[in-house]
Amino acid sequence: MSGLNWFAVRAIYHFEMARTFRTLVQSIASPVLSTSLYFVVFGAAIGSRMGSIDGISYGAFIIPGLVMLSLLSESISNASFGIYMPKWSGTIYELLSAPVSFVEVALGYVGAAASKSVMLGVLMLITARLFVPYEIAHPLWMALFLVLTAVTFSLFGFIIGIWADGFEKLQIIPLMIVTPLTFLGGSFYSISMLPPFWQTVTLFNPVVYLVSGFRWSFYGVADVGIATSVGMTLLFLLLCLGTIWWIFKTGYRLRS
Amino acid sequence: MSNIISIQNLTKTYKSGFQALKGVSLDIQRGEIFALLGPNGAGKTTLIGIVCGIVNPSSGTVLADGHDVVKDFRAARAKIGLVPQELSTDAFETVWATVNHSRGLFGKPKDVVFVEKVLRELSLWDKRNAKIMTLSGGMKRRVMIAKALSHEPEILFLDEPSAGVDVELRRDMWAMVRGLQQRGVTIILTTHYIEEAEEMADRIGVINKGALIVVEEKQALMAKLGKKQLKLHLKTPLAAIPAALGGEPLELVADGNTLVYTFDAQSEETGIAALLRRLGEHGIDFKELQSSQSSLEEIFVNLVREQAATGAGT
Repeated sequence: MSGLNWFAVRAIYHFEMARTFRTLVQSIASPVLSTSLYFVVFGAAIGSRMGSIDGISYGAFIIPGLVMLSLLSESISNASFGIYMPKWSGTIYELLSAPVSFVEVALGYVGAAASKSVMLGVLMLITARLFVPYEIAHPLWMALFLVLTAVTFSLFGFIIGIWADGFEKLQIIPLMIVTPLTFLGGSFYSISMLPPFWQTVTLFNPVVYLVSGFRWSFYGVADVGIATSVGMTLLFLLLCLGTIWWIFKTGYRLRS
Repeated sequence: MSNIISIQNLTKTYKSGFQALKGVSLDIQRGEIFALLGPNGAGKTTLIGIVCGIVNPSSGTVLADGHDVVKDFRAARAKIGLVPQELSTDAFETVWATVNHSRGLFGKPKDVVFVEKVLRELSLWDKRNAKIMTLSGGMKRRVMIAKALSHEPEILFLDEPSAGVDVELRRDMWAMVRGLQQRGVTIILTTHYIEEAEEMADRIGVINKGALIVVEEKQALMAKLGKKQLKLHLKTPLAAIPAALGGEPLELVADGNTLVYTFDAQSEETGIAALLRRLGEHGIDFKELQSSQSSLEEIFVNLVREQAATGAGT
């Protein structure tokens, strides 16, 4: 046997997607509903009483950030849960004894997690349109950011799922690190609204580049340059890929 | 007969410092049923884990049908099916979905006819749409076997296949294993049920403390290491063995009611005729006599005890 085991990639992908569709309420409806509540409260209700930012109404301004917030947390959650469950239930033995390398495993799990996140992102954008009027200036860039972010953070979630040895650890990084970084990454405000010192500090937050790039694809305005946003996202993607390659090479937390 | 698995100087030392395997070398012949016996912690599951790719070896090589399990892992693993000891299943999936998933994972295209055949052979066809969590322990074990067979492996590892299954399923499983062997599948099983190895295996390997103590044809092992005994149930109990018979390998048991004579199973001259003559000369009469051969279990226990006593492999 040579080359990639595409049957394995397809098997893992279908298996994960089947899990998503089996738990439709939890997987799709629940995140769409909770994000819709943000749109209703911050977009339609409070947003109408707030001034515009960079010439964009507050309701429309926060849409990219809110979608990004959900995209990050769902990508991490989907991918980490996907690989953690076989570890928890013991069925990981089959994956480890199958003729697959880290490439097939990552493609299958991360591909499924990212697909689900992209589906959610699109659903959220459609839902947002019901509450807040907005336009997308650069739809191709928007799609690129959506996919790139979903893939990158699904890879990150995959790493968390392998690292975690309990349900608490599975939740700790998304809750304690990713959510604060997203809230403080310009989802609800422009970083130009911060004092200069905090503007500099904020640039160390990787989520700033995602939100900024994503927002630029909607309205053509950004906190940082689009090339920097794409570059930082790709850098994080490469870091995640390198970590996963190392995990499968050494068997970290998988093979004894 | 050619070797389908060749293990050379395999060692495994875990991070804790525990040395699970100490230079194991073993050849498994194509088409045989090989039983690997050993007490808990002997290294059986580690050995299987390395061959199947679940455990990283510390040193040594393993070839599966000529493919190195580390360097050429794709080709090697595609040949192997594994039924682990633990009942690890995808609880929320259906039998049909999980078996098809396994087939895909091992690089095989979808084949509903073959999967149906596997499920029917394992009496799982009627349960194909049932979620695994609704099945009994025995049925879950069958599902795990079906998953392992779904990609048509040439080598099948059964790690404690009878753990927690009832007698009927055990018999079914033995029949299935024999059927697989007839189709050319090589089977390596570990078991705590020595009866299972005695019933099934062509060859036996005994592992203890990370070292292989013996690898032998089952019949040869039983003949070589097994003892035969002749039990004489006496008409009148004896207080002690007469001094004149002190040189004989005799033992007085059951409150002096039974004499046990142990002899070499392989020797042409058992000494039974001479013993009976001498007993008659000493007026020792018996009402019944009975011969028996030591079971594989007794051989296994003796081997492990002997190794513990000599400290070999430590």
